[in-house]
Amino acid sequence: MLFNIVLYVLAAAALCISFRRDRQKTKKALAIAWNSFRNLIPTMLGIIGLIGLMLALVPREVIAGLFGNNSPAGILLISLAGAVTLMPAFIAFPLAASLLQSGASVMAVACFITTLLMVGIITAPMEVNFFGKKFTFCRNAIGFVLALVIGGVMGVVMQ
Amino acid sequence: MKSRLRRYALFALVVVADLFLSWQYPARGSEAVKSALDYLVEMLLFMPPIFVLVGLLDVWVPRQIVEKNVGPDSGVRGVVISILVATAAAGPLYAGFPVAGALLRKGCRLANAVIFLGTWATIKIPMLMMEVKFIGLPFALLRLALTLPAIIATGYLMEMILKVGETGRFAQGAGEKNY
Repeated sequence: MLFNIVLYVLAAAALCISFRRDRQKTKKALAIAWNSFRNLIPTMLGIIGLIGLMLALVPREVIAGLFGNNSPAGILLISLAGAVTLMPAFIAFPLAASLLQSGASVMAVACFITTLLMVGIITAPMEVNFFGKKFTFCRNAIGFVLALVIGGVMGVVMQ
Repeated sequence: MKSRLRRYALFALVVVADLFLSWQYPARGSEAVKSALDYLVEMLLFMPPIFVLVGLLDVWVPRQIVEKNVGPDSGVRGVVISILVATAAAGPLYAGFPVAGALLRKGCRLANAVIFLGTWATIKIPMLMMEVKFIGLPFALLRLALTLPAIIATGYLMEMILKVGETGRFAQGAGEKNY
């Protein structure tokens, strides 16, 4: 919430300064803002709907249930779950903490967090919108591999 | 017109799924719609100022400034600036896409844009603070120490894979078509 307020104050202040200096440029800036926002709406609505479906169909308990299994296959499954899901940090970190407390291994939790943050399958359509398919695929693929490496090292170091 | 409609395909699919769910499993269906609406409100709250700032950045910040600071010849300085600016960000990664897109159009080096996105996604300060609070300092510090080199490596790897060549510029037109 505080972040939103700061953002609005910042945008409003910048807009005022810009308007005083040059009306035409400010108009152009607002046109650019509106066009890019309008362009994003179809993809954004679809993604928001997907997130809603995901939260309803894959409850937290199901994700938590994955963590009982710490075999390589289990870790891979958790990492895939992290790559596919999208949740805000204020949900993800408390969830990770509660998983650790209920006995999940550091490696499993670390892999979930790193894949969650470094790979975004759900937001990929938005990323494609801005940077193209190849960029999006490569960035997420590299992210997935490095997320597994980081999660693995963390699991070994913090055992 | 046709391509415009096609962009709503995902949304239409989701609506059909929501309707089916509400018909067969009313509780799940209403939960899905409710979470989606919550998210929509959250996004509509913070996306407008971000787009306004991106628009202002587009008209006011001259290409030379972006090129000089994070462009092809910015070297280590460019990497450091990309990381520092992104750690100060907040909000989900999809809010960072339009910002990185605008930077690329202004001549930002591809590696730096990828580093910017990676930092935004994984180690921005508000996120680290929450991680320390809920999981603990050792976990957060170790993840930070391992993630930082990974992000930088990803930036340069992306340049090699996408073959942007010596200029370090990302010639892909995808970013342009939005305007």
